[in-house]
Amino acid sequence: MFNSLSERLDKIFKNIRGKGFLTEQNIKDTMREIRLALLEADVNFRIVKNFIIEVEKRCLGVEVQKSLTPGQQLVKIVHEQLISLMDTGGFELKVYDNKLTTIMLVGLQGSGKTTACAKLGSFYRKKKIKPMLVACDVYRPAAIHQLQVLGKQLDIPVVATEDKDVIKIAATALKEAEKDFTNLLIFDTAGRLHIDEVMMDEVAKLKAFIKPDYIFFVADAMTGQAAVTVAQEFYNKLAFDAVILTKLDGDARGGAALSIKAVTDRPIAFVGLGEKTSDLEVFYPDRMASRILGMGDVLSLIEKAEEAFDEKEAEKLTRKMMKNQFTLNDFLNQLQSIKKMGPLDSILKMIPGLAPKLPKDFNLDNNALIHVEAIIQSMTNKEREKPEILNGSRRLRISRGCGRSVTEVNRLLRQFEDMKKMMKKMSSGQMPKGMPNMPF
Amino acid sequence: MLSFVRNLREKIAKTKNSFVGKLAETIRLRGKVDEELMEELEDILLKTDTGVEMTTLIIDKLRDEIKVKKLTEAEAVQDTLQNIMSDILLTDYAETEDFYSEKASKPYVIFFLGVNGVGKTTTIGKVASRFRQSGKSVLIIAGDTFRAAAIEQLEIWADRAGASIIKSQQGADPSSVVFDGVQSALKKGYDIVLIDTAGRQHNKANLMQELSKMIRTIKKVIPAAPHETLLVLDATTGQNAVSQAKTFHEIANLTGLVLSKLDGTSKGGIILNIRHSLGIPVKLIGIGEQIEDLQSFDPVSFVEAMFTTEQTE
Repeated sequence: MFNSLSERLDKIFKNIRGKGFLTEQNIKDTMREIRLALLEADVNFRIVKNFIIEVEKRCLGVEVQKSLTPGQQLVKIVHEQLISLMDTGGFELKVYDNKLTTIMLVGLQGSGKTTACAKLGSFYRKKKIKPMLVACDVYRPAAIHQLQVLGKQLDIPVVATEDKDVIKIAATALKEAEKDFTNLLIFDTAGRLHIDEVMMDEVAKLKAFIKPDYIFFVADAMTGQAAVTVAQEFYNKLAFDAVILTKLDGDARGGAALSIKAVTDRPIAFVGLGEKTSDLEVFYPDRMASRILGMGDVLSLIEKAEEAFDEKEAEKLTRKMMKNQFTLNDFLNQLQSIKKMGPLDSILKMIPGLAPKLPKDFNLDNNALIHVEAIIQSMTNKEREKPEILNGSRRLRISRGCGRSVTEVNRLLRQFEDMKKMMKKMSSGQMPKGMPNMPF
Repeated sequence: MLSFVRNLREKIAKTKNSFVGKLAETIRLRGKVDEELMEELEDILLKTDTGVEMTTLIIDKLRDEIKVKKLTEAEAVQDTLQNIMSDILLTDYAETEDFYSEKASKPYVIFFLGVNGVGKTTTIGKVASRFRQSGKSVLIIAGDTFRAAAIEQLEIWADRAGASIIKSQQGADPSSVVFDGVQSALKKGYDIVLIDTAGRQHNKANLMQELSKMIRTIKKVIPAAPHETLLVLDATTGQNAVSQAKTFHEIANLTGLVLSKLDGTSKGGIILNIRHSLGIPVKLIGIGEQIEDLQSFDPVSFVEAMFTTEQTE
């Protein structure tokens, strides 16, 4: 349904001349696409508006790097802006092995608090911290039992009493923790609606009693536009310290992450990535930004392209292409730059939109590249610069030199000629209809 | 814990309809229905999770009608807009039959599915209670053998509703529980069978296969079943709901949606897209945690509610 953002942006740029700079005109058209992408990812519409204004300012007059298309360049700027908005320099939870730290989890119904509670316990126990879980959800049927089962699986003690009063449960837990030399006490609470005053008061009272060192707001990554209202209300009432974003193992783009950060300025500490108690990870703003933009790994592809291609080299090459002086030597250089980016099939799989179209057992013959390289390397320098001198006996020599058949040598030369013709057309402003077959 | 909203209509009556106010003001200031107004309407739709695609479609339709009917009054514009939207929700099923009406088949099997934490178990509890109240015998099958304490949670709901329950151990193959359950329902002559399933992310292929195996198992016992396959959707969900509906529909051939948690500030605008692109209607809405907080879906009041603003906002 949703193609890669940079692909769509490139489509816009194809119709615009003067591609070297991002100008007011070409930015304007592309902002629409960026707005769409962010709205599709469930970023709150007001935040999208502000974001677009900011990005527009940042984009004006930026020179397009030679190794990138204008679309990629814009995506890079948008991506950087998204990261800077979500990056809070990480979140550090201070736990000590000689004293008690308390955490309280809050959130809407079904956001994943009970599971997150167990995951946190398991996460910190790996760090030689002694956790204990407290079942304060006295409303949802069997919620207490659920925490007990999870605790038993992990071999982490769970405090659960018959009380209907959460303060009493908390009091018991604090006593237990002291007796038991527990370092980390994690309180699970009932899911509640942010507009349910009675329930919000209850959790505020619980906070006042426990005085937790940290409060985590647990939010579902699938949350839509309401993320802003919900987070704001919880923040107003409880001033939570950080966010746990759950269910990121689904395919939701998770724009809620940006919305929550924007309205509360609280960092996202952890992300939930599955139903197993070990599926909890630290939050990385750059990964989240790529996800919100729905771009797969296109950004790492951009980075790789940036690393692999020398800018001056690329400039020289472009000039040569324009003048139709592209030789087999240049072609060889190109191949070698591509090889620097990694195995070809993994590069192809990184291109968004392409991966699902590849057959399941797709396995590109990386040798094809090596063969092409070998054929060119078996030519003399003169032959590489002027392939037209390649007669039958030269071709036979090359074939023997590289160990490939003459047919393969011929095919490469034919394809190289096709490529040159295409470049000629492109440099004269015509777009070729369909790419000719590439030699690999 | 009382959910303070009992009925959507009540909610509409109580809260000030700020949309009409804003609309009237905008028109008064500029003396006409113009672009800025359309933008404002667009924002309202986006805010309710209607999504870009659907919003554009609705606004374009509205533009056409404004031109054709030469609308200049705020109320007329709002009425037109709401009509366009309820029409989308009503297409092809003009007469919504009552979900709890007499069923032709016995047992009548209803299969519930959805992603994690949307309220499947709670919904089943409420549905069971309604059928029990109308004198039907109800068997609940605890098909969520994965999540810790899911079976216990369902048992409590079954107890509250006065329904029977068939269960196995946590970690058992859900298909085997389903097989036993459906067979026993057939033997003992239950009127209604409600099947709970574990929440699953729709992009997990193996879990989706588990689901289709459960359906095949049901069909082995009763070829025409499940008679109703309902996707439970959290109203708080944004655009991902479309992807959920699409994937679950491919696997399980959905007959309807249950839109849960509509008692929050979310409006569930995403169902417009699901109705429009996949043709799946909403059958029930959940508006609270109490056993009676499940209602039949009414497109007109649903759309009206999309344009009301809570005091908290």
